[in-house]
Amino acid sequence: MNERTINREVSSIREDITAKRKAATAAVSRRTFVKRVSAIGAGTAVLSRVPTRPTKAQYGPPHADGLPAQQLTAMFTDMVKIRQWESKIKDLILKGGFRGVAHLYVGQEAVAVGVCSALRKDDYIASNHRGHGHLIAKGGDLKLMLAEITHKAAGYCKGYGGSLHITDVNLGILGMNGIVGASHLFAAGAAYGIKVKGTDQVAVSFGGDGSIQGNFFSSAANSAAAWKLPWIGVIENNAFQIWVRASDVYATPDLAQRAAGYGIEGRVVDGNDVLAVYGVAKQAVEKARSGGGPTLIECKTYRWYDHYGVAGARTGGDGAFGLGYRSDRELRDWMAKDPISRFRKFLVSEKVLTEAGADEITAEVRKAVEEAATFAEAQPVPKPEDGLLHVFAQGAVPLHTA
Amino acid sequence: MSITYLEAIREAQARALAEDPRVFIYGQDVGAFGGAFKATKKLAQEFPGRVVDAPISEDAILGAAIGAAIEGMRPIVEMQFADFSTVAFNQIVNQAATLHWRTQVPCPITVRLPSGGTSGSGPFHSQSMEAIYAHYPGLIVLTPATVDDAYSMLLEAVAIDDPVIFCEHKYLYYHLKAERLPTEAMPVGKARIAREGRDLTIVAYSAMVHEALEVAEELNGEGTQVEVVDLRSVKPLDTDTVMASVARTGRLLCVGEAFPWGGVTAEVVARVASEGFDLLDAPPQRLNAKDTPIPYHPTLWAAHRPTARSIAVAARNLLRR
Repeated sequence: MNERTINREVSSIREDITAKRKAATAAVSRRTFVKRVSAIGAGTAVLSRVPTRPTKAQYGPPHADGLPAQQLTAMFTDMVKIRQWESKIKDLILKGGFRGVAHLYVGQEAVAVGVCSALRKDDYIASNHRGHGHLIAKGGDLKLMLAEITHKAAGYCKGYGGSLHITDVNLGILGMNGIVGASHLFAAGAAYGIKVKGTDQVAVSFGGDGSIQGNFFSSAANSAAAWKLPWIGVIENNAFQIWVRASDVYATPDLAQRAAGYGIEGRVVDGNDVLAVYGVAKQAVEKARSGGGPTLIECKTYRWYDHYGVAGARTGGDGAFGLGYRSDRELRDWMAKDPISRFRKFLVSEKVLTEAGADEITAEVRKAVEEAATFAEAQPVPKPEDGLLHVFAQGAVPLHTA
Repeated sequence: MSITYLEAIREAQARALAEDPRVFIYGQDVGAFGGAFKATKKLAQEFPGRVVDAPISEDAILGAAIGAAIEGMRPIVEMQFADFSTVAFNQIVNQAATLHWRTQVPCPITVRLPSGGTSGSGPFHSQSMEAIYAHYPGLIVLTPATVDDAYSMLLEAVAIDDPVIFCEHKYLYYHLKAERLPTEAMPVGKARIAREGRDLTIVAYSAMVHEALEVAEELNGEGTQVEVVDLRSVKPLDTDTVMASVARTGRLLCVGEAFPWGGVTAEVVARVASEGFDLLDAPPQRLNAKDTPIPYHPTLWAAHRPTARSIAVAARNLLRR
């Protein structure tokens, strides 16, 4: 086959897929689908959509119900921490001399903070490659994280793991992970441990829209459902799996629709609205804690940067522009829905914060991030011979006989 | 009373479950059914909720076990056949093996692999995977050859804070019997002199130890004394014991049931050649299965793996050099 024939075949396949997708969407509108799904299993398997952009008029202070100003402020602070910490990493990479990989989370802060705000310190999260936000929201130390990502011996993993493996079990952080989908299984496994021990902890996995493609997710969701494990699967649908648009590889409008197939509850929520995410997460956590089993939560959001690194990014500004696989306009539309600006506006309108107070928080966080960077900069790198340590938890294996 | 190799594995698991609430067993059909080989017979009834049937997804089994281990549990995973652990390869070598090194969080899982050939089992139900896992830093790979070792090494595997690949031989399951369970054991990582001799060292592990012992008996009738070293664990590999034996005999034949390319026998020969070349009176030899997939037909199968007969031929050739 020559190139032209191949191209023709490819475009005819594409047309075919588009036509089928259109037909499928026409045949079952979302409303019909939700109705159908709701009818299954007498309400045990439902897909519910949480209204986006909740307004005071509609819901009172909607999802903020019962949230004291102190916690709202803490949530805002955490979101700013994630943004500032990652912006620092971005600047370090742009500056050069940084040898490492970073998958930036900026733009998705509402998901990590919304979910983790509904958790206790002893609850578990299993994170993925784009996990700095999850870790910071769960209490991860900015200094130790920055030291790790810059390969310093003082880092969370002594500089062995880098960004992709940061773990702090004492904070309930089961670890970031470089294999897509692993988080779902690790959290399901931890949830099994919780069930055996009989505590009321819960285990949450964060994965992107690509993380539900493989059998990891399927088995985690199925086992969690069958055994009513305290597992909460969070799908951060940031529109891209690596460089492929999620809507090009999924036929369903909502990924949480899959929950119905496992017999668990699926929720879809605006992932740029921290209070909406918090509201859904809180309900899921309460259900899991009281033995009600798992929930799948899809948070619709958008990745502001490239899959990894800083292509198209600039110092002193947000977002990665000029990437071939998406338009700058699309990015700007999403940046207009910036979860931090939205929350800030809400807090100011609710008189939880003043503009000056919000600025002050931002300045304090920036200072803490700078301190973390200074701390990391001053730390020594691991000694080459240290790389031979820690291969086994029990160091009883002499190197000669290994 | 007598107890088989398989029953010893069952008893070790029962004891681990009874003594440590963090232990649970996860694998296909291990629950009410008692496992494909009955290695978990009645354990689900004795320990409700702690012997758990898994989906047919080895990848998922290992992944969930690792998650539970990070959380503080001590899972014993039964792969239905060692061959199927390839489906979980990523979880074992990427996740479990490196976990402690990259995060300093221990990964105390035990992965039981029913390994090795039984006649008529074919290419996907007969393989020996020890060399593949031994290749990866961070894994411990045990290959018990006796009822005593099957019992004591499995208990030790569960107690070890690192991921252990426990290769139990399917042929030995029913064919090997002991009078009673052991009350004491050699430590993991130490090889055993299974039979003393001064003319030739045969290093073997798992089922091949018994073939080697048969050869030693046969050659004893011809006035040759064969020393048989049972490695017990292929990783860590007890080079010192092997080297000491070669120092006594001057001749080395290393026998393994796995495929010949690379592998445990190659590693042993390489270590002896590089560290103990002066101890050798003849070039070190190794004998493995043929370099083909494992045949289903019993006659082909018998010709595929080393047996007492082929080991004896190799031993006599080596003694003539």
